[in-house]
Amino acid sequence: MKQVFKRPETLIKTTTHFCPGCHHGTVHRLVAEAIDRLGVREDTIGVAGVGCGVFLYDYLAVDVCEAPHGRAPAVATGIKRVNPEKIVFTYQGDGDLASIGMSEVVHTANRGENITVIFVNNSVYGMTGGQMAPTTLLGQQTTTSPRGRDFHYDGYPIRMAEMLATLEGVAFAARVAVDKPANLRKAKQAVNTAFEMQAKNMGFTFVELLSACPTNWYMTPLAALRRIEEEMIPYYPLGIFRQRKAADYL
Amino acid sequence: MPKVVIDEARCKACAFCASVCPKKLIELGGPINQLGYQPAFFSPDREGECTSCALCAEMCPDVLIEVFREEKAS
Repeated sequence: MKQVFKRPETLIKTTTHFCPGCHHGTVHRLVAEAIDRLGVREDTIGVAGVGCGVFLYDYLAVDVCEAPHGRAPAVATGIKRVNPEKIVFTYQGDGDLASIGMSEVVHTANRGENITVIFVNNSVYGMTGGQMAPTTLLGQQTTTSPRGRDFHYDGYPIRMAEMLATLEGVAFAARVAVDKPANLRKAKQAVNTAFEMQAKNMGFTFVELLSACPTNWYMTPLAALRRIEEEMIPYYPLGIFRQRKAADYL
Repeated sequence: MPKVVIDEARCKACAFCASVCPKKLIELGGPINQLGYQPAFFSPDREGECTSCALCAEMCPDVLIEVFREEKAS
């Protein structure tokens, strides 16, 4: 018997703290596979933001540094500038990257820092109890928008991948989803591309992954998968918004 | 050895694997595990129908499924 699917070596075999149907585990696997594929496990440093992804150090067999809320790209900038030969990535959620960390990620992208940002967009603050995030969809009920998000008071959901794609320092900006096998395959390619481009010193790479938070969406895991397809993807279109072809941009 | 091996002790019964299996060979409702869930299990008597497509393993958020394929006799 030949093994056709096995756990990537970088992903530690343990019980995760994630809720049933949480996509953090899937995104962890995509990152672990990209690291294994490049063979850079001993040369990779992750920076975890604040959120459910903060326990990255328990699940990935790489060095992981914690950053204050939203500041992961700033911390990663420092690590990468001191150790330019290392592969450095940040792992952030939407409550972390798109709200309190908006300034850090925009300026890091604009400087073209040669790091990879993995942005897990589940349209809600997961760890702190389901508050409204800048990416919460209009009408979505959360603990801080109990009548649904209303643009008169709360503004509109922010499309991070498109916004960052307008910046000259960005080498790669893509949005993918992990709700079904076909989208997962594209997600895998995008994460692989981002890490490969960093290895080639091509600049800032950004992957936004639409994922589910069944607990804070008050849904079963399977209903949450359907919500990604029916509600999230129509507002957050999938695709590659910027991809630099060559490394000689300087 | 079965083609699909599920780590039932760590399964949280999200049912993603069962929902994508094209042959519906994975069922939920196994004996309650230590986490308190009734895990997914692979139907052993219908193993011959499994094509080892590994969609179940791709979808499992906790990466608890290993998939094997019979090697063709040359």
